[in-house]
Amino acid sequence: MTTPLLSISGLTKAYPGVVANDAVSFDIMEGEVHALLGENGAGKSTLVKMIYGLVKPDSGAMTLHGAPYAPPDPHAARKAGVAMVFQHFSLFEAMSVAENVALGMEEPPRLRDLATRIRDVSETYGLPLDPGRIVGDLSAGERQRVEIIRCLLQDPRLLIMDEPTSVLTPQEVAILFQTLRKLSGEGVAILYISHKLEEIRSLCDQATILRQGKNVGTCLPRETSARAMAEMMVGSSFAAPERAPRAPGEVSLEITGLSVASPSAFGTALRDIHLTLQAGEILGLGGVAGNGQDELLSVLSGEILCDAEAIRLDGTPIGRLGPTARRGLGLLAAPEERLGHAAAPDMSLTENAFLTGAQREGLTARGFIRWGAARAFARAIIERFDVRTPGPEVAARALSGGNLQKFVIGREVLQRPRVLVVNQPTWGVDAAAAAAIRQALLDLTAHGAAILCISQDLDELMEISDRFGALNEGRLSEIRPAQDLGVEEIGLMMGGAHGMEVAHV
Amino acid sequence: MLKLEKRPQPSRLWTWVTPLLAVVITMLAGGALFAALGKDPVEAIATIFWQPLFGEFAFYYRPQLLIKGAPLILIAIGLSLGFRAGIWNIGAEGQYIVGALTGAGVGLAFYPAESVLIFPLMVLAGALGGWVWAMIPAVLKLRFGTNEILVSLMLVYVAEQLLAAMALGPMKNPDGMGFPGSRNLRQYDSAHNAELITGTGMHWGVVAAFIAVIFAYVLLTRHSLGYHIRLTGQAPRAARFAGVRPARLVLVCLGTAGALAGLAGMFEVSGPAGQVSIDFNVGYGFTAIIVAFLGRLHPLGILLAGLLMALTYIGGEIAQSNMGLPAAAIQLFQGMLLFFLLAVDVLTNYRIRFAAREVA
Repeated sequence: MTTPLLSISGLTKAYPGVVANDAVSFDIMEGEVHALLGENGAGKSTLVKMIYGLVKPDSGAMTLHGAPYAPPDPHAARKAGVAMVFQHFSLFEAMSVAENVALGMEEPPRLRDLATRIRDVSETYGLPLDPGRIVGDLSAGERQRVEIIRCLLQDPRLLIMDEPTSVLTPQEVAILFQTLRKLSGEGVAILYISHKLEEIRSLCDQATILRQGKNVGTCLPRETSARAMAEMMVGSSFAAPERAPRAPGEVSLEITGLSVASPSAFGTALRDIHLTLQAGEILGLGGVAGNGQDELLSVLSGEILCDAEAIRLDGTPIGRLGPTARRGLGLLAAPEERLGHAAAPDMSLTENAFLTGAQREGLTARGFIRWGAARAFARAIIERFDVRTPGPEVAARALSGGNLQKFVIGREVLQRPRVLVVNQPTWGVDAAAAAAIRQALLDLTAHGAAILCISQDLDELMEISDRFGALNEGRLSEIRPAQDLGVEEIGLMMGGAHGMEVAHV
Repeated sequence: MLKLEKRPQPSRLWTWVTPLLAVVITMLAGGALFAALGKDPVEAIATIFWQPLFGEFAFYYRPQLLIKGAPLILIAIGLSLGFRAGIWNIGAEGQYIVGALTGAGVGLAFYPAESVLIFPLMVLAGALGGWVWAMIPAVLKLRFGTNEILVSLMLVYVAEQLLAAMALGPMKNPDGMGFPGSRNLRQYDSAHNAELITGTGMHWGVVAAFIAVIFAYVLLTRHSLGYHIRLTGQAPRAARFAGVRPARLVLVCLGTAGALAGLAGMFEVSGPAGQVSIDFNVGYGFTAIIVAFLGRLHPLGILLAGLLMALTYIGGEIAQSNMGLPAAAIQLFQGMLLFFLLAVDVLTNYRIRFAAREVA
């Protein structure tokens, strides 16, 4: 048997109150595409951070090429041939591609030589990229290429990719996979972190599954069904959301000719958006992150104002109304960013329940807050949505991402909205909780509410949407019935490959 | 090796312990400072903290505690609302001066008529003066996006010039034999902010300070406006999502702070100070910033912090005259208090762990 490229044995890392990794062991062979599967909080990030030298294990050992490997910092990891592409890019938007690449290198060559090398590498691996372009102008897929090329220039033996496809269209994913297969063909091992099971089935040779910090099993993704892998991740089976058949009702929300500039410099302006939302339906809006999703939610929640007539709720023009007035009329929203936007991190759950519930739940009396009622509302959310917390007096930031997400969605759902706008409703939530949130959204429509669901999770959108549209550079695609849409068509609606070419393999 | 570890949520205990800890550390460092100046540190600290309350002349100093504490508390309460919302009014000193000028101006305009209405009118005028002065940075911020820190601070110097001009010009006492300064309002019954209970130092400004503390406490804990103020400071984006209008909050917070500072100035000029003079202001507006933070931006905390600061003021003066400590040393001592408070503040959100160095 050949020696593995990287062998991990008994890695353990504990943080106060939680064991992030508990004696995790597995091997990665040369040229292998190895999937690391697990729900959020299962310990995937901690594990790769240990491999990349960002976190030091409490106990356990690693060997690389048969030699002991214990990187004190990422610098040492890179020297040993380990490279990592992060989920959140660390790029400077105002600088060019070449400058950004140079910033991440140990000993950057002169910029002109570097540009040539970037062209060479991008040519070889089918990742076309102009070194002179400003990163702020690049699409998410292209930004990811900058990160990948930055890694490839260091000739890595092991490439770690953390959720690389969450920002890509299906077409861009296809291009990325070709590049990764070519790399693995050259003997580079790839540790691929994801929770998208179909992707893993098509790309990976091996999969290691983590649950609550433990290695709970390995499988051959090509021979295991997505359902079986999901159940290994969760540790039990769970019910898929059910939907009752229903007839679409009257138009609740109507957007006509909506154009709004983005408040932030590198944000996306919304351009000429038209859509109607009928009572009792879910309209799913897909699209790669940063194509106007945040802006659309803000325009609908009332944080950004627009022409009065551009948005109508049950026929009433509401474009000039602020968030409070819109809530009064029944238009509620749950933003993507939980801490700092949907909830105040240092405030208690009671205070956070009051944040949007003040009006519809009658939590004030002549301007004074009825704390008792607010606490009762917070308790109701906690109970109804199974939020795991010692009580409503706990600060929002003390909750795990998934629990806070349940709280944020629950807070809006329990207020009986006429129209609910959600952005990334199940982002970072474990599979069982995600199913519960989707079920709650479906139940809401059964009572005649209309839901605009913005998400980057296409599987989720296909599961719950009646109709589907996609945002691309602030424009909305044609909206089509979700039932008979194929992946190919969805990808094209999302903007195809954003002008990127397929790898010249 | 020492390690800082973020607490899952801010520690309630440490929120209240850190100010006390800061006082203790200030005493130690201040003691070292006084020792370096060749004074007996124990005696100096005792002079500052003990003499005013329990010393031989405590009957004289104790009323001073309220007289000096009231303006500090009144101003700090106003500032704390803005600070909580992330609106940084650094120019309370200017608002204090202008409030004193408008308040005194109304009183002087009526001289020598006597009426019970004059003093209430002066109170209104003082609040209005401070409010107007604070509206300048507020409106500039909203219209042109200027920085309220700079504008409000600059306006302090404008106000100081205005004060000098008034003391030497329009408000100068016609019977003052050419000396700068206005008529003494303490000799004008209708305009005099007199002691309410003899020998306590209790005057209308003290009453106003207590009312402000209660008002701010109720506002912050029970009212939705107070909630919006806290929310804006902690998570501005969530505040907009909740429906808070940031512009309105800027006007409310700066306006309240200005009005309260103006009131403080008015009560001071018509009572303890007595007249508009060139050196009328003694830095209450700046010290109130320390008071606000020392009191954790919490109304009750500010009440205690204001009294503590007043104590160091009075004790500092005693130390200056009795022990010959330089004024700068006393100011340094007061500055240390804020410095150490901010330093130990980290313990509210972090805990210290004594951990073995991690094996590399």
